[in-house]
Amino acid sequence: MGINAKTISDNELFFGHKACAGCGGALAVRAALKVLGPQAIAALPAGCMSATGFNFPDLCFANNAMITPFAATASVITGIEAGLRAQGRKPDDATVVGFAGDGGTADIGLQALSGAIDRNDDVLYICYDNEAYMNTGIQKSSLTPFGARTTTTPAGSHHRGCLTQKKNMFEIVAAHGIPYAATASVGYLNDFMRKVKHAASIHGTKYIHVIAPCPTGWGYGVDATVEIAREIVDCGLWYLAEYEQGSFTLNRNPTEFASVEQYLKHQGRFKHLQDEDIASIEQQRDAKWEYMRDCWTAPSRA
Amino acid sequence: MKRFLSGDEACAEGVRLARPQVISAYPITPQTVVVERLSSMVESGALDAEYIHVESEHSALSCAIGASATGARTFTATSSQGLLYMAECLTYASGGRFPIVMMNANRSTALPWNIYGDQRDSLSLLDHGWIQVYVENNQEALDMALMAYALGEDARVSTPVMINLDGFALTHTYESVEIPDQDQADAFLPAYTTDNRFDFDHPKNIGYSAGPAYNRYFKYAEHADMNRALEVIPEIEERFNTAFGRQYPGAVEAVSCEDADVVIVTLGSVAGLVRDEVRSLREQGVHVGLLKIRYLRPFPYAAIVAALRSCKAVAVLEKDVSFGAEGTVYTNVNSALFQAGLTVPTYNVIGGLGGDDITADQIRTVYTKLGAAEQNETEIPNVSFLGIDSVFDAADTSCSISNEGRL
Repeated sequence: MGINAKTISDNELFFGHKACAGCGGALAVRAALKVLGPQAIAALPAGCMSATGFNFPDLCFANNAMITPFAATASVITGIEAGLRAQGRKPDDATVVGFAGDGGTADIGLQALSGAIDRNDDVLYICYDNEAYMNTGIQKSSLTPFGARTTTTPAGSHHRGCLTQKKNMFEIVAAHGIPYAATASVGYLNDFMRKVKHAASIHGTKYIHVIAPCPTGWGYGVDATVEIAREIVDCGLWYLAEYEQGSFTLNRNPTEFASVEQYLKHQGRFKHLQDEDIASIEQQRDAKWEYMRDCWTAPSRA
Repeated sequence: MKRFLSGDEACAEGVRLARPQVISAYPITPQTVVVERLSSMVESGALDAEYIHVESEHSALSCAIGASATGARTFTATSSQGLLYMAECLTYASGGRFPIVMMNANRSTALPWNIYGDQRDSLSLLDHGWIQVYVENNQEALDMALMAYALGEDARVSTPVMINLDGFALTHTYESVEIPDQDQADAFLPAYTTDNRFDFDHPKNIGYSAGPAYNRYFKYAEHADMNRALEVIPEIEERFNTAFGRQYPGAVEAVSCEDADVVIVTLGSVAGLVRDEVRSLREQGVHVGLLKIRYLRPFPYAAIVAALRSCKAVAVLEKDVSFGAEGTVYTNVNSALFQAGLTVPTYNVIGGLGGDDITADQIRTVYTKLGAAEQNETEIPNVSFLGIDSVFDAADTSCSISNEGRL
């Protein structure tokens, strides 16, 4: 049975936290835990979700959960899984899951993640990507997109925000030969939850990269998170895909993209971009899609 | 059963007998033999454990932390730069009250890059909440593996333990070592039980953040429980003696200190050499003593003061310096003496850096010069380096120092 608004569990496992209104990361964690259920053991490094969810005595996980060193999400979940298994204490329905942000995944946590995938440890790693170090106040990470203004990539007369492209985490992870990897967006929650459920059924290392917009860091109204998270997919700057058994599959293949300009202009972090910047971003998008459509399995355009 | 084992091998045998359930480790000289032997034991089935090939020391310790949070008994081992690389995780382990046992092969820290023994690696991390014990020989390395789990896992302590072995001097030197039977070890060290683990009936949040209003309570408890280890150590050593017939002397070992005029305070393998010199000087009627500090954390203030109460000069011999200050063991010993109101003159003898030899002649000279100094025959600087500016060297012309202080 698929998971959707009708079938999703009413059992809340992540609540009472201090995340900002409209937090995409909190939505991703909450939805994933509903899918994984109360037997899930979660580990979270330094970042928004641990800073807002683990404030003693206000501990916000109703399932087993722990904080980890920043670089150590993957190695801690490896240890949890090994420890439970070594003692014969791992319930059949227990998923060991790590939730780390973009910096905790693509920057400081990449080495440990690579190690876990290399060992094929039976863990699920979910990267909630809000495209900058939001917990410390919106600094650039290697998943900050080109053109975005952050507090360390200011937009001024010399530079127009972030000069680098998003690191290609999905394909970096896939290149390890991981059993399952997927991209997702909290704007397409059913798709995300389906992927979480599928990942939990697979033995070995699983990776899900979910776009989780941040009203505070991106500069939009707190009621627009889901809309922005849909727009980024609809305009083609993010894509919904899976990698399994050595093959890439695009889950959505739009005939026509929604407007990139409109997506960008909805957000304060891109307000400074000029027409030529937007044209350049569209060009990069088109090149990426040409590659994906050529090399990956894709449904008919719709 | 007696076997001829290196320190690394002896430690691995002790770890095997302790039955850790998860081992996560990353290789670094001179620790490697420990993890090689443990891998072989897991492969052969002599040890039933999950052996995790992590990609760094940072992951080695964080993996052990995750495993410990499930209630598993865990082991890791490292050395030098590896210990520094995992330093961030040391405080997660201690603050999370995870009684992980780690062997550290004491080795110099870069730069200059150097694989040989000194104790700057672990002594620079005394403040990270780990019990730190320094062993003198390979039998003690094996025995400490068992006692470390008993101590760290004691509910009154709940603190990780770092067992320090001098690189090469112990890790790669072979000695005859008595290996206990598994039955004996099991009787001494029962399985680890704790409430500080995940629970599927009553889920837990473990290792959280605590702001200014609560933080001090956690930190005070950590401090108080670490200090409580000083009461638990003798209990464990007594049980160990009953089980295995080897009696250890507590947090310090005082050798001939009662009537000594000069006492050398030191730690680790060099204590063996000092012990020999004490014996031979005593035979000549010279009143000298050795105070070996086994546990640097918790720091045994009272035992140190008791041993040094009546002597006339103290030399702290250590393979360590805190640049711009002095040896860290010296600082700690001075604090103990000052707090007790003892005004005995103290001298810091820094040697053995980067694997340099500390010789019997130098130790003998420390005793004779300080014995003379108390009669005001010589002026001796408080802090000096053996082989450089120390009055305790025989003349050494093998190496000259330029005006810039470069060798």
